[in-house]
Amino acid sequence: MTLQGISRSLQRNWKSVVVFIPFFWLLIFFLAPFFIVFKISLSEATIASPPFLPMINWVDEGVMHIKLVFDNFAYLWEDDLYVKTYISSLKISSISTLICLLIGYPMAYAIVRSSQTRKNILLMLVILPFWTSFLLRVYAWMGLLADQGTINNLLIAIGLIDEPIRLLYSHFAVYVGIVYTYLPFMILPLYANMEKLDWTLLEAAEDLGARPATTFLTVTVPMTLPGIIAGSLLVFIPATGEYVIPDLLGGGNVLMIGRILYNEFNANVDWPVASAVAIALLLVLVLPMMLYQHVQGKETESK
Amino acid sequence: MPDPSQYTDRPWMDSDAEPFIKVQSVSKQFGSFTAVDNVDLDIYKGELFSLLGGSGCGKTTLLRMLAGFETPSSGNIFIDGVNMNDVPPYERPVNMMFQSYALFPHMTVENNVAYGLKREGFGKIEIKQRVDDMLAMVELTQFSKRKPHQLSGGQKQRVALARALVKSPKVLLLDEPLAALDKRLREQTQFELMNIQEQLGVTFVVVTHDQEEAMTLSTRIAVMDTGRFMQIGTPTEIYEFPESRLVANFIGNANMFQGRIIENGPDHVVVQSKQPECEIYIDHGLEIQEGHKVWVALRPEKIKISKQAPDEARANQVKGVVHDIAYLGKISIYRVKIDDDTLIEVTSPNLSRPKDGNLAIDWEDEVYLSWEASSSVVLSK
Repeated sequence: MTLQGISRSLQRNWKSVVVFIPFFWLLIFFLAPFFIVFKISLSEATIASPPFLPMINWVDEGVMHIKLVFDNFAYLWEDDLYVKTYISSLKISSISTLICLLIGYPMAYAIVRSSQTRKNILLMLVILPFWTSFLLRVYAWMGLLADQGTINNLLIAIGLIDEPIRLLYSHFAVYVGIVYTYLPFMILPLYANMEKLDWTLLEAAEDLGARPATTFLTVTVPMTLPGIIAGSLLVFIPATGEYVIPDLLGGGNVLMIGRILYNEFNANVDWPVASAVAIALLLVLVLPMMLYQHVQGKETESK
Repeated sequence: MPDPSQYTDRPWMDSDAEPFIKVQSVSKQFGSFTAVDNVDLDIYKGELFSLLGGSGCGKTTLLRMLAGFETPSSGNIFIDGVNMNDVPPYERPVNMMFQSYALFPHMTVENNVAYGLKREGFGKIEIKQRVDDMLAMVELTQFSKRKPHQLSGGQKQRVALARALVKSPKVLLLDEPLAALDKRLREQTQFELMNIQEQLGVTFVVVTHDQEEAMTLSTRIAVMDTGRFMQIGTPTEIYEFPESRLVANFIGNANMFQGRIIENGPDHVVVQSKQPECEIYIDHGLEIQEGHKVWVALRPEKIKISKQAPDEARANQVKGVVHDIAYLGKISIYRVKIDDDTLIEVTSPNLSRPKDGNLAIDWEDEVYLSWEASSSVVLSK
């Protein structure tokens, strides 16, 4: 084919090309690695490099021997450390998501309702922390929360406390870290959603006799629900698998699944169990989402 | 003693009648911009009152102040004798139909209409009954389970109307109620609105930029410009006796002549116009001195166009040449050139068919324009 021919066929099929690119991306960088991890989770651990036995063996000529090991998943269930950690992770990420929502919702609302120039400044301020390294910001929190840190020193200086209170290496510190880090991910989708909100709907509710609180519950919340869901997922999902924040701010006191994963891979060099931990986490996160999508899809159909 | 019953259709004529809505020297400023400029207005029970004006004239701001979405910068608004200044929208005895309809997209038609009743805390059975009645009135019973996005524009408009009326408000505010509908539907809906208004006896206040809509619907019209009322009156008064050039031009079309009063009798005035060069005899007296400059308005449809010279008469006629014709079927619009700077617009019904494809009056024909003594009106402002 001539160069001209290629360009012509590209022009004709550009739509399928454009669609193909993200699919290709997902295939190479998401689906393929996922299957590799999945395969490892069904293998047997060994002391070698890589530290697991091959799943497929060729016995004699032409006879394939596949060995699937479900022990790794069974192990997660039997050792209550894992179950406890999953529950603890989900609890921490749910509460953090809720706190992000409680702080982020009024913030997004205030940003949307402010004047155009102020709106841009406020949005900038929300995004600004991204310009500093995430790790640096977590270290900064360590400096703030430490026993000899800024907050304790300040409280002692003004005489509110005599002894430093334990802030760092606690659940509190982890909540502060997660909420602080993920708040923009809550605010931005909420802002995008509220920006499109038809404010005359709120006036209509008020006109029909709804007090401000009723208007909020019966109109504002349902209308901003897509933003609430998007923001909550963007906070909840990464927060559940968070490793750095519980490690740096929680110390050994806060159990989260990211830490377990790290330990299995590095300290225990048990790749199959680590992979099983990762796959189980994925299921825990993805299944409810798929269920939600399914329900929503049905609702849209019935519309 | 005047008989009070003679005013039942025209309460604004009755000096004893108590206005239902009283707007008392109300102004509204947004920053340095004055949207509504010290206006007074009385609207009576059962009226269908229109606020008419172009965009930015302050009509919507005034309506929003009646609804309670804006607070007056100064002045008072009374509805049914109660000062509304400190009453929030959700406690006012008024309901509004929004220009965009503002139907709740996440609720069915039924729930949209029921929304206001639920806020009042009515029982389930009563709510159901009233919603059903209202939906039956606007002929939407079979659509009660639909969501707004499944409705046509006309259906949405009727849901909005039902939702605003279901609480039996004392006043219904309508913001450009027909603007989003196409022409045919608009005409039909105009009459529906009037029927409903008559049936329920609710006072309607309508904001519109469409003069035809205002003319058809209203008992009275207030023409607004730059935050003030230019004229308040019945559609006939506004059309036949405009007080200013702005009103004459805004409601329908008008030919304007500037002239000097040369004769001022008790029952007539004569105005000498320079452009076109003619005398205008008007059969109503004026409280203006002779020699004063005035504007005279003459509606295009009140002018007779003819190729024959009219009978001997000195006043109320000019001669010209047909410059332009717009043939609209039932009527034709002629633009007649009187002199280099003067075009007069005339509309004339096409009473007979053109013979052999020739128009009775054609381009470049020499024509005579004439009008009755009662046709023209001196603009007092």
